[in-house]
Amino acid sequence: MQWPPPWRRSPLVSATPPPGPTTGLLRPRRVSEAGDSSTEGARTGHSHYVTPAESAMERRSQPFPSLRPASPTNAPAHGRGSDCTAKEPPLANVCRQNYGAAQDPVEPAGRRSASHVTGSSLGKAEVACGRRWRWAELVANSSWSPAGRATEMKVKMLSRNPDNYVRETKLDLQRVPRNYDPALHPFEVPREYVRALNATKLERVFAKPFLASLDGHRDGVNCLAKHPENLATVLSGACDGEVRIWNLTQRNCIRTIQAHEGFVRGICTRFCGTSFFTVGDDKTVKQWKMDGPGYGDEEEPLHTILGKTVYTGIDHHWKEAVFATCGQQVDIWDEQRTNPICSMTWGFDSISSVKFNPIETFLLGSCASDRNIVLYDMRQATPLKKVILDMRTNTICWNPMEAFIFTAANEDYNLYTFDMRALDTPVMVHMDHVSAVLDVDYSPTGKEFVSASFDKSIRIFPVDKSRSREVYHTKRMQHVICVKWTSDSKYIMCGSDEMNIRLWKANASEKLGVLTSREKAAKDYNQKLKEKFQHYPHIKRIARHRHLPKSIYSQIQEQRIMKEARRRKEVNRIKHSKPGSVPIVSEKKKHVVAVVK
Amino acid sequence: MTANRLAESLLALSQQEELADLPKDYLLSESEDEGDNDGERKHQKLLEAISSLDGKNRRKLAERSEASLKVSEFNVSSEGSGEKLVLADLLEPVKTSSSLATVKKQLSRVKSKKTVELPLNKEEIERIHREVAFNKTAQVLSKWDPVVLKNRQAEQLVFPLEKEEPAIAPIEHVLSGWKARTPLEQEIFNLLHKNKQPVTDPLLTPVEKASLRAMSLEEAKMRRAELQRARALQSYYEAKARREKKIKSKKYHKVVKKGKAKKALKEFEQLRKVNPAAALEELEKIEKARMMERMSLKHQNSGKWAKSKAIMAKYDLEARQAMQEQLSKNKELTQKLQVASESEEEEGGTEVEELLVPHVVNEVQMNVDGPNPWMFRSCTSDTKEAATQEDPEQLPELEAHGVSESEGEERPMAEEEILLREFEERRSLRKRSELSQDAEPAGSQETIDSGSQEVLSELRVLSQKLKENHQSRKQKASSEGTIPQVQREEPAPEEEEPLLLQRPERVQTLEELEELGKEECFQNKELPRPVLEEQQSERTPNNRPDAPKEKKKKEQMIDLQNLLTTQSPSVKSLAVPTIEELEDEEERNHRQMIKEAFAGDDVIRDFLKEKREAVEASKPKDVDLTLPGWGEWGGVGLKPSAKKRRRFLIKAPEGPPRKDKNLPNVIISEKRNIHAAAHQVQVLPYPFTHHRQFERTIQTPIGSTWNTQRAFQKLTTPKVVTKPGHIIKPIKAEDVGYQSSSRSDLPVIQRNPKRITTRHNKEEKL
Repeated sequence: MQWPPPWRRSPLVSATPPPGPTTGLLRPRRVSEAGDSSTEGARTGHSHYVTPAESAMERRSQPFPSLRPASPTNAPAHGRGSDCTAKEPPLANVCRQNYGAAQDPVEPAGRRSASHVTGSSLGKAEVACGRRWRWAELVANSSWSPAGRATEMKVKMLSRNPDNYVRETKLDLQRVPRNYDPALHPFEVPREYVRALNATKLERVFAKPFLASLDGHRDGVNCLAKHPENLATVLSGACDGEVRIWNLTQRNCIRTIQAHEGFVRGICTRFCGTSFFTVGDDKTVKQWKMDGPGYGDEEEPLHTILGKTVYTGIDHHWKEAVFATCGQQVDIWDEQRTNPICSMTWGFDSISSVKFNPIETFLLGSCASDRNIVLYDMRQATPLKKVILDMRTNTICWNPMEAFIFTAANEDYNLYTFDMRALDTPVMVHMDHVSAVLDVDYSPTGKEFVSASFDKSIRIFPVDKSRSREVYHTKRMQHVICVKWTSDSKYIMCGSDEMNIRLWKANASEKLGVLTSREKAAKDYNQKLKEKFQHYPHIKRIARHRHLPKSIYSQIQEQRIMKEARRRKEVNRIKHSKPGSVPIVSEKKKHVVAVVK
Repeated sequence: MTANRLAESLLALSQQEELADLPKDYLLSESEDEGDNDGERKHQKLLEAISSLDGKNRRKLAERSEASLKVSEFNVSSEGSGEKLVLADLLEPVKTSSSLATVKKQLSRVKSKKTVELPLNKEEIERIHREVAFNKTAQVLSKWDPVVLKNRQAEQLVFPLEKEEPAIAPIEHVLSGWKARTPLEQEIFNLLHKNKQPVTDPLLTPVEKASLRAMSLEEAKMRRAELQRARALQSYYEAKARREKKIKSKKYHKVVKKGKAKKALKEFEQLRKVNPAAALEELEKIEKARMMERMSLKHQNSGKWAKSKAIMAKYDLEARQAMQEQLSKNKELTQKLQVASESEEEEGGTEVEELLVPHVVNEVQMNVDGPNPWMFRSCTSDTKEAATQEDPEQLPELEAHGVSESEGEERPMAEEEILLREFEERRSLRKRSELSQDAEPAGSQETIDSGSQEVLSELRVLSQKLKENHQSRKQKASSEGTIPQVQREEPAPEEEEPLLLQRPERVQTLEELEELGKEECFQNKELPRPVLEEQQSERTPNNRPDAPKEKKKKEQMIDLQNLLTTQSPSVKSLAVPTIEELEDEEERNHRQMIKEAFAGDDVIRDFLKEKREAVEASKPKDVDLTLPGWGEWGGVGLKPSAKKRRRFLIKAPEGPPRKDKNLPNVIISEKRNIHAAAHQVQVLPYPFTHHRQFERTIQTPIGSTWNTQRAFQKLTTPKVVTKPGHIIKPIKAEDVGYQSSSRSDLPVIQRNPKRITTRHNKEEKL
């Protein structure tokens, strides 16, 4: 027994002929070599195999090669078995030869001289052969080391498939074999419960929604508008007639325009984002370019339309060069004309807001001071239906994913989500505000909306829930007049009385920036856990806990008491009157006064 | 103005069903414009009058037909008025004038019209408008219902909805543009082409296609198994055939041959039953074969072999036998003619004829009785009986030509034949006895009596024979059946002869016989041998009590039968009062049912038991901490000492008294843990309808600790996925596969500029 075993030795140093199993693999080589040598043998009279040592020898003593090649390097092989040494060429040496033939310009010369091979074509063939031999050797080495030696020495070892534990790249995670036997992982529910509890707590810990405050306005911010093409650009109009354009990434004001005298009542961008429109208390509609004027030029609107009455709101069509204003009536304007192409009116009160439906773009909704919400069809230039609520609706917002759903922000502290085909009952009444709701905007996903209220807070409601999932407020934020949800659904902007625009995260505890896949997986898992265990009392309590300003808190308490009193009274009335004489009206129906066809 | 608008919108809405809701006279509201029109008309008239002053223009006026349409209030046209109206025309009856017919028609229409109803007021019209428009809009919006529903229920929504289609060229295109450049690539491509590997089109190779077309894996497996089985069977058969072929025993081959013949006959029988026509053909074939055989003049002892045998017959028994066999065969072959002649000679001959006539005919006769196979069987047995009855008469005749050779003939009917005969006889015996039993009540004793003596003697003979048979069988059992023993049976060839004649019929009932044989064997085992003999001999006599000879034996027999059939009377005794019995049973059943229904109805005791159990269960348990083998010897069968047990037994503290301790009729469960309750969900959350559902969702872990990576990812997919920095646009019709309306959203008026101007003028007027 020799050490190191032949398969551990470097092919450069040792030249052991491979035992049994590899001979089959190497046979073709022998044949080809024999073919080579036979051609030469015709000249020299005998055929044999050449080793480097031999060739070196032959370089010294040309032209006759020795009959019996006795290389010192393959001596052990000689000693062990004569059968292979006599016929089999030492594998490694041949390989080396061929390497040499491929790389070294000197070696092939010697070799050629030794084997009497001439001609470039043959040389090429040998190169190709050399490639093949290397492959063969690899195969041989790998194949015969465990199996071929088994007859002589038994080596017992664990055999593992490297695919199971080797990483493809350094950046990959180490693979951990896992046993999913449930017996090995007991207490699933308690463990997940604890995880959910921790996730909920962490969510609360990391809930820091406030991002930035954009200050610069010199009066309360009355209206906000998103840029349709650029996420970073936001436009705002203030109560002093000033319009500012903000860059959210830099959190500064790009441009300031003194657009109107008096309030800027409404602002909207064109669908392509090249210009925007403002309406003000000065009875004008102005169209502005989104890009500022060149150096030295004065800020001037592209167009100015002088109307007869005050316009209280404006909205642009989602596809065409048409916009709508509201005031005493709803006017629909062609951008190119100074007269409205049609005006629709139903009733005689001032209309506070008008909104185009983003999906079925010929639909409009408006709300007027006489407590009603009116829907219009622009194509047929007629109003469609009117619903009268308990109190005035300040504004409405259409769901961008569901064509027939809109939400109305009402003075009675509630928001009402309507299906426009069935206006007699709202789909959902959203209540949590403790003062008039002034503005509402949908998330672009259509799953949630944000509302701004006179109670100095904004709230986020899921569309299908009547209670808010989130309330944002700061000490300094006064009555929030306008609110917008950004087009990537990640942020919320609100403009308030105290001249600031605030930027919030839509998801309070969300981590900003790029997440690694592990972080993402953890986030998803935690989210699912929270959802799964959301009904458990402790988790629910933690998840619902919010700090509120004292004013809001006490208002909530007060209103709870009032509501309870009203409920009690109603119950008592039902109880003490003839059964059936006092109808039980559901909360949804209570607030709808009438639907006018 | 409004009317015009109305008309417009109505045109636009003409396809709407809602139109049907409108009042019928709605169209008439056009007359709203009448006020204006009136003025115009007056003006026109004035103009006309002025123009008519001038003579030249008159002709021109007559030509103006178009305007008159507008003029007429009742839509009366001046059609046909191109001709000059002469006074004479008017004087004449109107009918004749064709030109005025239309005018007249129109006039009559005008007369029939009633007064126009008042137009609706503006508000109402607008309301109707709005309603129509609203309905239309609602209809337009309803197309979004499925989309909205789908999005609401979606497991996951990925925003933005519109996906940028990555321009992926199909692999064929990529490959077709690519060429092998390096020699290695070329080599590989050559190989691929050689193997017909599809290069450009990633389809299947021809071989794969063929294999796919051939069959599925399972089919192939099944087929393979079948083939294997078939091959194995074939090899078995081959081996068997080879083995059998090697057997040199002539006897064996004889038996086999006979068996085959029998089998063929049996098959023929079956065929006869199933398909008479085919059977006839078969019969003809057999007959033909026989004729051929006969024509060939074989079995005449004239062949070479036969001659040599004849020489040897003097000394060799076997040779003699062989010769005789051949002779018998010859006889058999030549028999037909003889028999036919015989039947003609015979007096009644019907029975014999029956035997010889092809069975198809027989069957037809039998089928007259009915299709019942049992009936059929009895018929055949009857005939057999008759045949047996006739046997003695036939005997001498047969002896005349048959017995001389019969000695040789009998031998081939080796043991199995004997057995068969035996069965047959037994069967006939039994049949007869049954028949006679049946006949007894009918009072047909006399008829039987008339032929009784004959039958009796015959029976005696038969019983004797049976005895012999049994003896022979015994012997056979003791020492394997050898020829001498068979020869010993030769004393009764006369009886067997007629049975031979019956051969086809007998074979017909071969199956039956086998069964019978089994039965008989069974009986044989049951009964002691002498009893069997007696029984068989006496079954028939016991029908006739007046037969003096058999009386003693009969008494014995009755005893025996009593012994055998003791159960039958008892059964009958049970069967007689069946009705009472049934009534009793019903009552009992009823009682049983009631009992069963209220079996566990000891409510009070049950409740007490339940309560006791509940109390027991709620009691705190003692804790035993003894460790066997700790501090003392341990092992199998060794228990820790009592002292130790006492020492390490921790007694549970007495719990607080149960709340239902003094309430005997109440069980108050004290399982509820208040401390745990604070952490439990008290009310079933909204989407769940049953607490099981909720529990199940909670019990299913979603973490990667319990799930595979893939399952974990699937379980934790967020409901809404948004990409940071991507603008999410409102949903569009194209996004969900609807066609976006190519129509502009601009108001209808916008597309009619003339109208707009008027409108604006009006507005300005306002």
